[in-house]
Amino acid sequence: MTVLDPPQSTARRWLGHVARHRVAATLGFLVLFPLIVPYEALAANILVLGLYALGFNLLFGYTGLLSFGHAAFLGSGAYGCGIALVHFGVGWFGAILIGTALATLVAAVIGFLAIRTRGIYFAMVTLALSMCVYYAFYQMEPLTGGENGLRGVNLQTIGVFGFQLSFLNPTVKYYVLLAFVGVAIWLFSRLLASPFGAVLEAVRENENRARACGYDVAATKLVAFVISGAFCGLAGALNALHLSIVPIETLHYTTSGQVVMMALLGGMGTFFGPFVGAATFLLLQDVLSVLTQHWQLYVGIVFILFVLFFPRGIWGSLLDRFGPR
Amino acid sequence: MTAASDVILATEGVGKNFGGFQALRDVSVEFRRGKLTAIIGPNGAGKSTYFNVLSGAFPPSTGRILFEGRDLSRARPHSFARAGIAKSFQITNVFPELTAQENVRVAIQAVHRRFELFRHRRAFPELYDEADRLLASVGLGDRRLRRARELAHGEQRSLEVAMALACRPKLLLLDEPTAGMSPEETREMMGLIERLAAERTVILVEHKMKLVMGLCQRLIVLHHGELLAEGTPDDIRANDEVRRVYLGQGAH
Ligand SMILES: Nc1ncnc2c1ncn2[C@@H]1O[C@H](COP(=O)(O)OP(=O)(O)O)[C@@H](O)[C@H]1O
Ligand SMILES: [Mg+2]
Repeated sequence: MTVLDPPQSTARRWLGHVARHRVAATLGFLVLFPLIVPYEALAANILVLGLYALGFNLLFGYTGLLSFGHAAFLGSGAYGCGIALVHFGVGWFGAILIGTALATLVAAVIGFLAIRTRGIYFAMVTLALSMCVYYAFYQMEPLTGGENGLRGVNLQTIGVFGFQLSFLNPTVKYYVLLAFVGVAIWLFSRLLASPFGAVLEAVRENENRARACGYDVAATKLVAFVISGAFCGLAGALNALHLSIVPIETLHYTTSGQVVMMALLGGMGTFFGPFVGAATFLLLQDVLSVLTQHWQLYVGIVFILFVLFFPRGIWGSLLDRFGPR
Repeated sequence: MTAASDVILATEGVGKNFGGFQALRDVSVEFRRGKLTAIIGPNGAGKSTYFNVLSGAFPPSTGRILFEGRDLSRARPHSFARAGIAKSFQITNVFPELTAQENVRVAIQAVHRRFELFRHRRAFPELYDEADRLLASVGLGDRRLRRARELAHGEQRSLEVAMALACRPKLLLLDEPTAGMSPEETREMMGLIERLAAERTVILVEHKMKLVMGLCQRLIVLHHGELLAEGTPDDIRANDEVRRVYLGQGAH
């Protein structure tokens, strides 16, 4: 076999290794990432929203469902974590778990209602339900701070195995967040490689055939939806700790739109694409918003150009061109 | 009357209505266990519609479907597969971006490990072995690592048969498995079907009567959504009405 293989280019071989060891490669990259980004807060933004896009991609890229309501999971994860910390004095670790659990619950409810529909209706139902979540949190002002957002999610030090780490130090903060994102990435990869991951691909490829094989497509979609919500909820909880505040905009539908853009920019259905997409989006935003207040217009133009000329996204196109066959 | 256990699948007064259009009307048939039964009829006769009702793709508007005595009229599509009914579609229906091997492996997995989330799919090598064995049995042994969309049309049809066999069905349903095939591919497919039918119950939808006459033990003839005739190939050959329908179509 090896003798017959065509000579491989260096890039191809290199990307082949990356694809085979996707967790190690992604983690290695993220460990070094703060060194190449202008400042650590931006690196942490990319890290956390990259996780958000990763969770979204489970549904969009791997199961073939386009949700326009994922802000609901990022937001309820963030609020769940923040409220637990601010109002109930829960420890930081417990607060993260509570935020993630709340998002999972919200995903179960929205998913249960949405998976009955398909295509554009699915997108509309998730959008409408996520707006309900927005208004629910908006109205619960005593708990959520209403339109001012939830303030005071201040975490100065965190105890890890008896060590006290300063969460105010941006480097420490980045690597604490990375510990959680890293575990999530590992779990995500396990999930994709599992038999259930194969079912998700089958549903994405051909729902009718999956059904004819004996798969309960509706149940599969619901499980994928809930898991996707859980990953996005974890991202939300980490974001609350990172920002020390939960802006109400977290739940806004524009946040749902952002993750669609990130996933498409990076490459839907690719493992590393969500982080590439989040980095591209946030770097563009960071650079352009200094230059012009119309930065969203330019981000939009870049996005449209990508959809037209690189529909597989940045990472997806690289894999297509140089990736392992 | 046949003994109840001889009947694997039966429809009782099955009808199907598409927004006012009666595609199927009052079809009552008993399919015998272990036999190869062909459903024939001119284009538009309602064969695919009947096939879809039998395979659970959609429920009948009226009437009942009994599989081994169990009423499946309102069962959801995936329950048909779990009950032991497998099918290949008239229009090729595979997982295009997955390899041939993964297509079959996923179909096998449907029987055992639907919601296994935390183990690696490679941790179950027996599924890969079985997939390779099935692929070899339909003549795709050397194509197993190709993506399904890269396979030739005839190969995709064979792949679909392998996927249908993956769940070890008690009943195999095939809708025009030779549609769009070259004469060479058609001959191979008919040979494969003959081998498959030696070991299990097969119901085959076919538009070309000539293809199935020498192969099947029973024939069902549909016309304008109704059951026109039923019997052995000799009965059907001798049936004037059937001959008229087919001659009227210019086919025979
Ligand atoms: N989903 C559908 N909606 C409306 N009409 C349909 C549908 N499917 C089939 N028909 C109609 O039902 C009739 C029978 O179709 P079909 O079962 O595909 O015939 P066959 O497979 O025997 O060629 C045709 O007139 C066809 O136009
Ligand atoms: Mg047909």
